[in-house]
Amino acid sequence: MAVVEAEGLARTYRTSTGVFRRRTLEVEAVRGVTFEIAEGELFGLLGPNGAGKTTTIKMLITLLLPTSGTARVLGYDVARQPREVRRRIGYAFGGDRGLYERLSALDNLRYFAELYGVEPREQRRRIDFVLDLVGLAGRERERVEGYSRGMRQRLHIARGLLHDPPVVFLDEPTIGVDPVGARDLRATIASLVEAGKTVLLTTHYMFEADALCDRIAVIAQGRIVAEGTPADLKRTVADLTVVEIEAFGASEHVIQRLRGVEGVASVAVEEQEQAQLIRVQAASGLELTQPLLRELDGARVGRVAVREPTLEDAYVALVTVE
Amino acid sequence: MKRALRLTAVGWVFHVKGLTMSGFFVVTTTFLPLVLATTASYMARAGQRQGTLLYVSLGAGVMGIWSSTLFGSGGAIQWQRWQGTLELIVAAPARFVLVILPLTLATATVGIYSLASTLIWGWLVFGVPFHLVHPFLFVLAVPAAVLGLGLLGLVLASTFVLYRYANALSNMLEFPVLFVTGLLVPVALLPGWAQPVSWVLAPTWGMNAIRQAALGGSPLDDLAMTLLLGACYLVLGSVLLENFARLARDRATLALT
Repeated sequence: MAVVEAEGLARTYRTSTGVFRRRTLEVEAVRGVTFEIAEGELFGLLGPNGAGKTTTIKMLITLLLPTSGTARVLGYDVARQPREVRRRIGYAFGGDRGLYERLSALDNLRYFAELYGVEPREQRRRIDFVLDLVGLAGRERERVEGYSRGMRQRLHIARGLLHDPPVVFLDEPTIGVDPVGARDLRATIASLVEAGKTVLLTTHYMFEADALCDRIAVIAQGRIVAEGTPADLKRTVADLTVVEIEAFGASEHVIQRLRGVEGVASVAVEEQEQAQLIRVQAASGLELTQPLLRELDGARVGRVAVREPTLEDAYVALVTVE
Repeated sequence: MKRALRLTAVGWVFHVKGLTMSGFFVVTTTFLPLVLATTASYMARAGQRQGTLLYVSLGAGVMGIWSSTLFGSGGAIQWQRWQGTLELIVAAPARFVLVILPLTLATATVGIYSLASTLIWGWLVFGVPFHLVHPFLFVLAVPAAVLGLGLLGLVLASTFVLYRYANALSNMLEFPVLFVTGLLVPVALLPGWAQPVSWVLAPTWGMNAIRQAALGGSPLDDLAMTLLLGACYLVLGSVLLENFARLARDRATLALT
């Protein structure tokens, strides 16, 4: 049975510009996504910034009304039965915000336990349990403003689990957290699934999705461009080779020329401090280094490497499709 | 019903604690009315009106409660939006009115600091004697006024949930309400058209109740009107909040981004 179902879910934002001549702009953040999550599954929603991950999750947790399409959580419609949905879900957003900074973690948890209708005689036990689960036991009386980002993130998760919800939504829970903290958080997320919960995780870290998720949907420009197990996604790039070129001062025009080289499947540019790391995915068996360097005429070139594709390359290929 | 009362009480304690931890909020709430009280006292002395100093002092104190409610209801919701907690409380399964009511009651409660600081200031600096004609009724009138103001804050808060920049509205409302409700000058001195406006505002009746309890008179009618208007605000605020929260989900105004 599907615990979470989204059918043609779409959301358009309207914004206005101008002072005297007001003009309304429409931005299609999510353009009709359809997916299902089975009971006990850890489902990953992957995509770059602005792809529509957070908007999708906000519709599912009843914070935004869909412009079109429907979504149900445990059979309850997120637009028409928000209270029924809210009782049965927990969620945590990534980042520093979303906590009462001047108060202690314990104050925060007591308040949310009340908002989520946790029975008064159960509250202390649940709070102790979630604090222990996320590794904050013993630090609960400290003010949140003194917490590190990793601790805040763990507190977010603890808050989302207070009422023992069967479905949990985690929106980029490891964003900005140091590697050790992120590893601990991933262990906590894995333990949720072991405890029988259904989890929807959004992230733009491919290795994180690979390590945790049973299934992944890749979302780009508001649409799902691929869905399957991590192994399925890896297979989509099995016949590709990756050429990595460190360049300095390559213009957008030059990048467009690279895309036009015969055999090139995709080109992604990662801006680094001084340089640009250009990742070119191309059909394996082709010698493309020289043609690519010819097209880079005018830009200074540093290191060049050819390697086998990874899961991250599969993701890059999917989200950079024109 | 029991759950609703418990949620209101727990939320009220939580927000009073949170607001009290905010140095800026407490300092503003405590010191702003002192400026108003000082100005009003000199005005009263210049006008050579006898026996008005405690009247003025109490008015300035209730002005502080109103400022705290207005600034707190608008500012606190805007602050919650800024710190990312507005979405969390909207997405809780509790009825939205029971989530926001404790917050607006808390802001009005913290306004009691204003009343206390004004009375102490008046006694220390201007020698205003703090003699209460009906001390028991005064103790009833102050919480009733706070309740009325907090419930008026609930109605205002509903707009702050929908509009991201509604605190501009709160700044605009502060002084008209101070005048219309007779906190500074008696309602009887206002132009005729302003008086009906004052009748539908709970602070008018709350102020009357406090003054009658302190200076002599019968505050019970004013107390009853404060509570009756408060009940109307609760119903209106509840309807507006549920509808505005749905509109905010439609217009995506709960978060800053």
